[in-house]
Amino acid sequence: MAIKVDHELHKRRLSRNIGVGVALILFVGLVYGLTVAKVSDLYKPAPTMSEVSE
Amino acid sequence: MSDASIQTNTDTREAGFGDYFALLKPRVMSLVVFTALVGLLVAPVGVNPVVGLASILFIAVGGGASGALNMWWDADIDRKMRRTQSRPIPSGKVTEGEAFAIGMALSAMAVVMLSLAANLVAGALLAFTIFFYVAIYTMWLKRWTPQNIVIGGAAGAFPPMIGWAVATGGISIESVLMFALTFAWTPPHFWALALFTKGDYANAGVPMLTVTHGRRATRTHILGYSLVLAVVAIALGLTSIGGPVYMAVALILNGMFIKGAWDVFRRDDAASDADKHKAERGLFKLSLAYLFLHYGALLVEASLKPFGLGGWG
Repeated sequence: MAIKVDHELHKRRLSRNIGVGVALILFVGLVYGLTVAKVSDLYKPAPTMSEVSE
Repeated sequence: MSDASIQTNTDTREAGFGDYFALLKPRVMSLVVFTALVGLLVAPVGVNPVVGLASILFIAVGGGASGALNMWWDADIDRKMRRTQSRPIPSGKVTEGEAFAIGMALSAMAVVMLSLAANLVAGALLAFTIFFYVAIYTMWLKRWTPQNIVIGGAAGAFPPMIGWAVATGGISIESVLMFALTFAWTPPHFWALALFTKGDYANAGVPMLTVTHGRRATRTHILGYSLVLAVVAIALGLTSIGGPVYMAVALILNGMFIKGAWDVFRRDDAASDADKHKAERGLFKLSLAYLFLHYGALLVEASLKPFGLGGWG
């Protein structure tokens, strides 16, 4: 007899666990993207004098 | 009690991911996302797209979190009203403790992340919005005064102001008038709904204007606020984010809205019952399109500006 058969309860919890997992992965991706965007903005070249006067 | 009986009991109450998501009031969240996005996009300062996207997401999460805290506090009256009986807590899918924990955790996360992603002004406005909706509206005003909708509507009016603050880092006449537009729109929108969902609020003991001051007074209030709303909507059109397209939309929609409010004002309950609240339902439906089209017109004005069009030139 297989002892690894999932209880019905665990099968139904699967959707919840996947949902939380996907949300966490998206959150990590978002924070990573934010970090890249913020750091990139820091290293943008300074505007030239003509751009400033415009 | 046998193991089997414990298992069965747990099974029937097992909540799925969707039940927890429903705590965040997705329909309200969509309005929050849309108005905050417009506030951000019409601002005169550009935002890095990733920062903009993240900010809108955190505003949405903050709005959703306040919805979860609202459901936690209002679970007792949600059980009594037909409209809210299928919400996750009254239907027994999610416990009150879980709703409170999710609401608090997501609120804190959203405020901290928005402050980091955008700026402290935007983060502080989001924190104030959550506080206002949960503490001032839900816990205090909703069950105490028939003006609950008027003052509580402020919470739903903050998102465009937060979106504007994400881009500019401040508050200005344009963002205050966007706030005022949703603020003045909320009372006639909800009172039109209350006129044809009678009984629900009375059963729950919520002092809705229809219950405390009667339906005649509610009809008068709807007309009064519709006039205030028209003034605010036109004033917004005269600012730097308005323009001919917005003004045309505002003039047409406010004309229709005042006409709808006048029709609701003129009739009595007998006439309303006779045609199953046709005028009240019509005004409620119009109010949904009203807000969407006003913010949509602001977006059109902003998207025309790069081509030398839009705005007042």
